[in-house]
Amino acid sequence: MKKVIHRNSVVRVLGIGLALFFSLSANLTAQEADPGAGKSLFNTYCAACHNLDRNMTGPALRGVGDKYEREWLYEWIKNSQALIKSGDEQAVALWDQYQPAVMTAFPQLSNEDIDNIIAYTMQPKEEPKAEVAAGPAAGAGAGEQGLGNEVVLAALALVFGMLVVMLYLVNKTLRRIAEANGVEFARAEEEKRLPIWKAFVQNQFLVLVTTIFFLLGGAYFAYGYLMQIGVDQGYMPVQPIHYSHRIHAGENEIDCKYCHSSARVSKHSGIPSLNVCMNCHKSIVEVAPETATAEYSKEFYDGEIQKLYKAVGWDMNTQSYTGETQPVKWVRIHNLPDFAYFNHSQHVEVGGIECQKCHGPVEEMEVMYQYSPLTMGWCINCHRETNVKVKGNEYYEKIHEELSKKYGVEELTVAQMGGLECGKCHY
Amino acid sequence: MASNKKYWKSVEELNPDSSVVETLKQNEFVEEIPVDEFLGDKESLAASSTTRRDFLKYVGFSTAAASLAACEGPVKKSIPYVVQPEEIVPGVANYYATHIADGYDFASVLIKTREGRPIKVENNGEAKAGFGANARVHASVLGLYDNLRVQGPKANGAYVDWSEVDAKTVAAVKAAQAAGKDVVFLTQTFASPSTAKLVAEFKGMYPNTRHVVYDAVSEAAALDAYKAKYGVRAMADYDLAKAGVIVSFGADILGDWQGGGYDSDYAKGRVPHEGKMSRHVQFESNMTLSGSNADKRVPVTPAQLKVAMAKFYGYLMGAPVAGELPEAVDAAVKNAAAQVKDAGSKAVVVTGINDINAQALALEINEKISSAAFSTQSPKLTRQGDPKQVMQLVADMAAGKVGVLITVGVNPAYTLPNAAAFAEAMKNVEHSVVFSQKEDETAVLANYIAAAPHYLESWGDVELKKGHYGLMQPTIRPLFNTRQFQDSLLAWMGSDVSYYNYLKANWDTNILGGASWQQALHDGVFEGVAAEEAVAEGEAQEEEATVAAGAAAARALAGASQEGMALVLYSKTGMGDGQQANNPWLQEFPDPITRVSWDNYLTVSAHDAKALGLENYNVANGALNGSYAKVVVNGVSLNRVPVIIQPGQARGTAGLSFGYGRTAGMKNEMKTGVNAFALYNNFDSVQSVTIEKVSGEHEFACVQLHNTLMGRGDIVKETTLEIFNTKDSREWNHVPQVSLNHEEVDAVSVDLWDEFDSSIGHHFNLSIDLNACTGCGACVIACHAENNVPVVGKAEVRKSRDMHWLRIDRYYSSEDTFQGDNETKDNMDGLGDSLSTFGEMEVASENPQVAFQPVMCQHCNHAPCETVCPVAATSHGRQGQNQMAYNRCVGTRYCANNCPYKVRRFNWFLYSDNDEFDFHMNDNLGKMVLNPDVTVRSRGVMEKCSMCIQKTQKTILDAKREGREIKDGEFQTACSAACSSGAMVFGDVNDKESKVAKLKESDRMYHLLEHVGTKPNVFYHVKVRNTQEA
Repeated sequence: MKKVIHRNSVVRVLGIGLALFFSLSANLTAQEADPGAGKSLFNTYCAACHNLDRNMTGPALRGVGDKYEREWLYEWIKNSQALIKSGDEQAVALWDQYQPAVMTAFPQLSNEDIDNIIAYTMQPKEEPKAEVAAGPAAGAGAGEQGLGNEVVLAALALVFGMLVVMLYLVNKTLRRIAEANGVEFARAEEEKRLPIWKAFVQNQFLVLVTTIFFLLGGAYFAYGYLMQIGVDQGYMPVQPIHYSHRIHAGENEIDCKYCHSSARVSKHSGIPSLNVCMNCHKSIVEVAPETATAEYSKEFYDGEIQKLYKAVGWDMNTQSYTGETQPVKWVRIHNLPDFAYFNHSQHVEVGGIECQKCHGPVEEMEVMYQYSPLTMGWCINCHRETNVKVKGNEYYEKIHEELSKKYGVEELTVAQMGGLECGKCHY
Repeated sequence: MASNKKYWKSVEELNPDSSVVETLKQNEFVEEIPVDEFLGDKESLAASSTTRRDFLKYVGFSTAAASLAACEGPVKKSIPYVVQPEEIVPGVANYYATHIADGYDFASVLIKTREGRPIKVENNGEAKAGFGANARVHASVLGLYDNLRVQGPKANGAYVDWSEVDAKTVAAVKAAQAAGKDVVFLTQTFASPSTAKLVAEFKGMYPNTRHVVYDAVSEAAALDAYKAKYGVRAMADYDLAKAGVIVSFGADILGDWQGGGYDSDYAKGRVPHEGKMSRHVQFESNMTLSGSNADKRVPVTPAQLKVAMAKFYGYLMGAPVAGELPEAVDAAVKNAAAQVKDAGSKAVVVTGINDINAQALALEINEKISSAAFSTQSPKLTRQGDPKQVMQLVADMAAGKVGVLITVGVNPAYTLPNAAAFAEAMKNVEHSVVFSQKEDETAVLANYIAAAPHYLESWGDVELKKGHYGLMQPTIRPLFNTRQFQDSLLAWMGSDVSYYNYLKANWDTNILGGASWQQALHDGVFEGVAAEEAVAEGEAQEEEATVAAGAAAARALAGASQEGMALVLYSKTGMGDGQQANNPWLQEFPDPITRVSWDNYLTVSAHDAKALGLENYNVANGALNGSYAKVVVNGVSLNRVPVIIQPGQARGTAGLSFGYGRTAGMKNEMKTGVNAFALYNNFDSVQSVTIEKVSGEHEFACVQLHNTLMGRGDIVKETTLEIFNTKDSREWNHVPQVSLNHEEVDAVSVDLWDEFDSSIGHHFNLSIDLNACTGCGACVIACHAENNVPVVGKAEVRKSRDMHWLRIDRYYSSEDTFQGDNETKDNMDGLGDSLSTFGEMEVASENPQVAFQPVMCQHCNHAPCETVCPVAATSHGRQGQNQMAYNRCVGTRYCANNCPYKVRRFNWFLYSDNDEFDFHMNDNLGKMVLNPDVTVRSRGVMEKCSMCIQKTQKTILDAKREGREIKDGEFQTACSAACSSGAMVFGDVNDKESKVAKLKESDRMYHLLEHVGTKPNVFYHVKVRNTQEA
């Protein structure tokens, strides 16, 4: 714990220093500096603790060049602690405000670099108008398209209907002409023939076969229906916080086991505790505009992050925990019955199975759902088909050698290793 | 038979003209049933818009709707931590080393916790002081989740704040000081250096403070004798592993004698090694675990016991002591003395006689022969109670000399022989605070109940033996608003230091001597240099006990005599001093000797029972019933004490155990038995008693309905050391024969089935050494805790529906020895003779040999249960385990019928969430003890020992994850891990270097019912008795 605080403190004071520095020399060199280069420098060095418009570990930096002398800012950013120790009034005041967060010293930044950064911070705030404009337009477009399809279909239906009517009329007219011309139709044969359903009833064999067919068919569907009871494949409950695996695991490519770390060592994959979320979300208070989709707006996602803050008791303004927590009651998606033992670490760590094998394309799931049926047949099937990963695992050395000789195979399946025994999962 | 009796329902019927009687004769109900009230009101019925048909429609619709809605699966919530503690990973167990020190049981243990819940007690492998966990200690974890615990400080039945308790107590202490009255701490034996220091500091602040230490079951004689000889009030330490000859005069060395914990060392000496094993001679009155394990057991009355000890001393020293003894006993004493003489320093003499002379004599003998098993280097400190001071305290209280009474860990209103006087005297105490986990008998008398934490929620330390320290640490945050005594003392002294800090500071300065606190806490134990002058716990004795030296002591003992019956009070293996009486595991734990659960009882010999007209018999369903007796000691009588006829009980004696008959702070089901403490006059376990039969019959819950082996020597095979050393193993470990092609061959060589190939991978075997097994039952409770075995209650046990996966069968011999039984059986002649002789063989001998045999599922390689299961719910695993899939079982019970070992248990009921079985699985608190890795079985399925497959699988998985081979000793079952005597060894026999593989190669190895051809994976070792006389 202490270490973490210390690191934060470093970062904080750096921010303060940066701010001070900027204020000293803002007006002098702002014209020549390049805000573009400044942006990339800012993102590399400053963004971990500073935001332009919002206090984070360190203070908000927009307009920092106006607050402090440029020379002072140079000095502060390069080594804030030295400045504080020298007794500089401004520095000490800042330190009093933000300690124990110590701002990292950046001796590697040249004055030009710092000028560029300040130039970036001096840019006026962008108005998020584009997005607002785009929203309704897109909606309208989608609406039009939907309407178009329906119209086309209706028109087609009308045309078909007219065609049918016309054909009927033509037929009728032709008949009339034929009758008028004295052409006769052969109708006698039709009357002699039995109606097909009567013939069917009289053919007892056919009745029997059909009955059997229907019974079997009925049984097949009844069985199918009964077997899916309790199988919750596709279960997609609404969660108290709309957590998007698509954004985290997909776009940001966060490793599954970063959050579900106990999957490596335990039978449970574990739902991450909120302090794990805060590792990143301390700094990430909002999503990027491009994260938003047609279905979920940026405001929606930002609201969900606020829910996290509320649950964990994080006060954004003071950048501190209030201690008032509300544990999140997630709805459990994957429910194994109590009599089935499943161990994540066995599969993930020992077997080296990808999470996606059972959980599906989680990185594409906006809302998490149960991908696999989680039935015993499904488990067993995989155990029959999957080879045990024995390479480099001393535990398997002896047993693999002996068993593969016995079965005459190169690679052993889980089933051959004994993975189909009842007691391996039921105890 | 017709009867003219007329039964009166009321006095009114006596009056022949009573109108009331006449009316009642005509009408069933006194008042008219008001049918008209709800059906006669035609108007409102007609006015109602709901017709009868509509009403039925609504009912039908809502029922259908409700049932349809119920089709949806339940929504389960998962709530993660907000901030996850670093050390907790859901699904992974953590272990913490700590100590139990409840004043009766002291043990170094490891606590297994899951998700922060302590769920199991294990032995601490680091501990070398020899304080292993017994059955009670294994069960103690359940006490944490007792839903009758006091949840906060209480006064007058209402919860109050700790601040109120503090304010009132400090004021009372000051008032007592001013009034010249005493402030008294009446406590259990803490054996805690830090607590002693703290109490001394409190005394410094309030000099009128007195600390009285009270052991419910007193060891005062041993303590006083030791103090007189060595100057320290402690108990000598014995290492029975070093003893070649053990002579015990009434010392239950495998029970709770002098704090217990001797069984593991004892067992080490009992396993024949290079042709040698220890010889154990036991003189005693009750049949104890020690007596049943002894090579020679001599039943004597308590008076004879004293004489025997005196004469033994005389024979040993070559200066005979006069005294009356039956000839056989005298011969046995002489013989024992000769053997001790021969063995010299390899011998040890112990005694449990509650007499300072006897205790002094034992110390002197051991010193004289300079016994290697006897040590005064680091005496045991786990008993420090002084009965004289307790009695003085009660007198002082009655006289109004005590201003403040604070009790900790004791329950004098239950355990004192003069409990009524104590309760009366409590009224004269101005302010009383009782530290207790329950509203027990004493707590209800107090002004304040100070809710005390369980030991698994407390900090503390303990000095088990001089220089052998242990630390207690909490394994869970306090469940309730409790505060331990030490923290309270600190608060009352105005200190704002927590006991944890106090403890740590005390250890850093006084005990650790520069060693690491973290390491000591991790290990749980620390061996330090004994403090120069340990702070005495309790007051120094005012007068030195007078002990006559040597011969004089012997002469004093030899004068003992007895008239009438003697009652010998003892503590039962399962219940001890009764602190854990509300623990359903312990209530259902069958006593190793009598095999009776849920009761205590008077044990009498068959001879005395006959004379007194007392009897035991089995009723139609096999359950055991017994007579009641009225037991009177010194004017105090217990009116209805159930009687068990105990083979081996010395004639003229009766036994009765402590720990039962609790009434306060208990669930109704647990209020069993009678309170023997009421008869514990002068803290003497031997009392003169009169016993008479009273009417009624008691229903016992006894789990073993037959007592002898009936000559079936192949179940518990045994031999003598002489034969074992000299003859071929086929002679004493006979392999059963069958006829194949008209030739006698070994039964195991004939096989109906194809062999399973278990040569690859692991193949688990469990070895049980009948020589090392003392029958202590720690494994039974450990199995309960590990495998979520339900408690079924007394009524169900009586119906033979007990659920123990592991039982310890106890057999008596019918003749004097089991060998005698075998011969009787072999010499039977014809059907007529066999019928009558078998009938006789079912009766145990008056002083039988005893054998214990733990039996669990034998995990047969050719299991009879597997072939009869119609749904293949039980099947064979390649690793040797007979697996049971509960979800597949349909409950036909064919398997149980076909099992030759009768180890399968059927779930007749749902035992969890069922008010009919109001034990720990019926409330949310009690359920916290359940092991999340093992299914809680439901009604209608068969269950049995799984050979702890969850543990073997866990061991394998750990090795796989770490990519390493498994070392020998890593595989454990709950029972083998709990077995501190080393009788049970578990492991992989495919690992040829493993201990269990070597044990399987031993000459002594045999399988249970080998001739059945089941090829079990559990095997036993032939019991060897050292019958060699001098």
